[in-house]
Amino acid sequence: MQRINIPWEIKRSLAVKAEEETNPRFGHKPEERPIQDYIKFGIINLDKPAGPSSHEVTAWVKRILSLKQAGHGGTLEA
Amino acid sequence: MRRESRGNPKVTGVLPTALEEATKIIQALLLAGKEYICVMKLHSQVPKDQIKAVLDEFHGPIYQRPPVRASVKRRLRIRKIYYVNFLEMNERNVLFKVGCEAGTYIRKLCYDIGEILGYGAHMQELRRTRAGPFIEDEGLVTLHDVSYKFAQWRETNDESLLRSFIYPMETSLELMPKIYIRDSAVDALCHGAHLAAPGVLSIDTKIKPNDTVAIFTQKSEAVALSKALASTEKIMKMDHGFVAKTKRVLMPRGVYPKMWRGSL
Repeated sequence: MQRINIPWEIKRSLAVKAEEETNPRFGHKPEERPIQDYIKFGIINLDKPAGPSSHEVTAWVKRILSLKQAGHGGTLEA
Repeated sequence: MRRESRGNPKVTGVLPTALEEATKIIQALLLAGKEYICVMKLHSQVPKDQIKAVLDEFHGPIYQRPPVRASVKRRLRIRKIYYVNFLEMNERNVLFKVGCEAGTYIRKLCYDIGEILGYGAHMQELRRTRAGPFIEDEGLVTLHDVSYKFAQWRETNDESLLRSFIYPMETSLELMPKIYIRDSAVDALCHGAHLAAPGVLSIDTKIKPNDTVAIFTQKSEAVALSKALASTEKIMKMDHGFVAKTKRVLMPRGVYPKMWRGSL
């Protein structure tokens, strides 16, 4: 049987080309973003319920969290 | 009744939902592999061995025509099935798990399995258990959880309530090959410039030209989605020239200082 690489099983490692320190004055580690930014740059692993469409569910999330924008990664429909 | 059960199968599970600025990474998730658990209803009793044999035939690249109700053009296309595992069956209901490329229609897969079996079949119930790095067993929340925790946060101001179910958008890029760059290269990319060799600090192995790669700061913030212009080996040896073409900028401008010269 033909062997297909499963994307979530591919193992990679980092090759270092050059070294440098990052300046702590700029940016934040993603998990250390101030809460408003943390929300703005956030993603939820949502369990879509049966019934409503992916689009409707996303609209609900947007409303619940009072966001300007929300979107889903891959429609999950019948 | 019958029409109802065929037309609206129960469909649930992993639906990564990006908030505001994070909606920019959606493209990466749309292209990511998926995994489903499916209940397929056979239109006739079929022996277990025969079902297993037919499921095995669907392993690998398959041709698939999107279903009538699909949102894309209905032309025959090829999708990779990473695995199809028979789990169990009960009379005419067959439970199986399938790992597949983005854009595979499971409803169509069931229909096609039914055709090969010769008796027909349809999708009865579907649950997505993976979308890229997001899986059912890790941090999956219901709408109810979201609304409850958000209300609790409003009341108590306890940030950990939000941080417990919202993930940084970078989580979506976990399975992608990555390139880490210098602080001085960040803002140029945010303005749409392509990544040049001197900006590269470290790079994932196994990158091939044309692969979609995620560009990160040393603080592990996502900067952009790009297309690699060379392999890992080649990029490691390059001292000038572009190594990745910026496709989608993820970081707002001005987070890092402008260290590059403008065209003035």
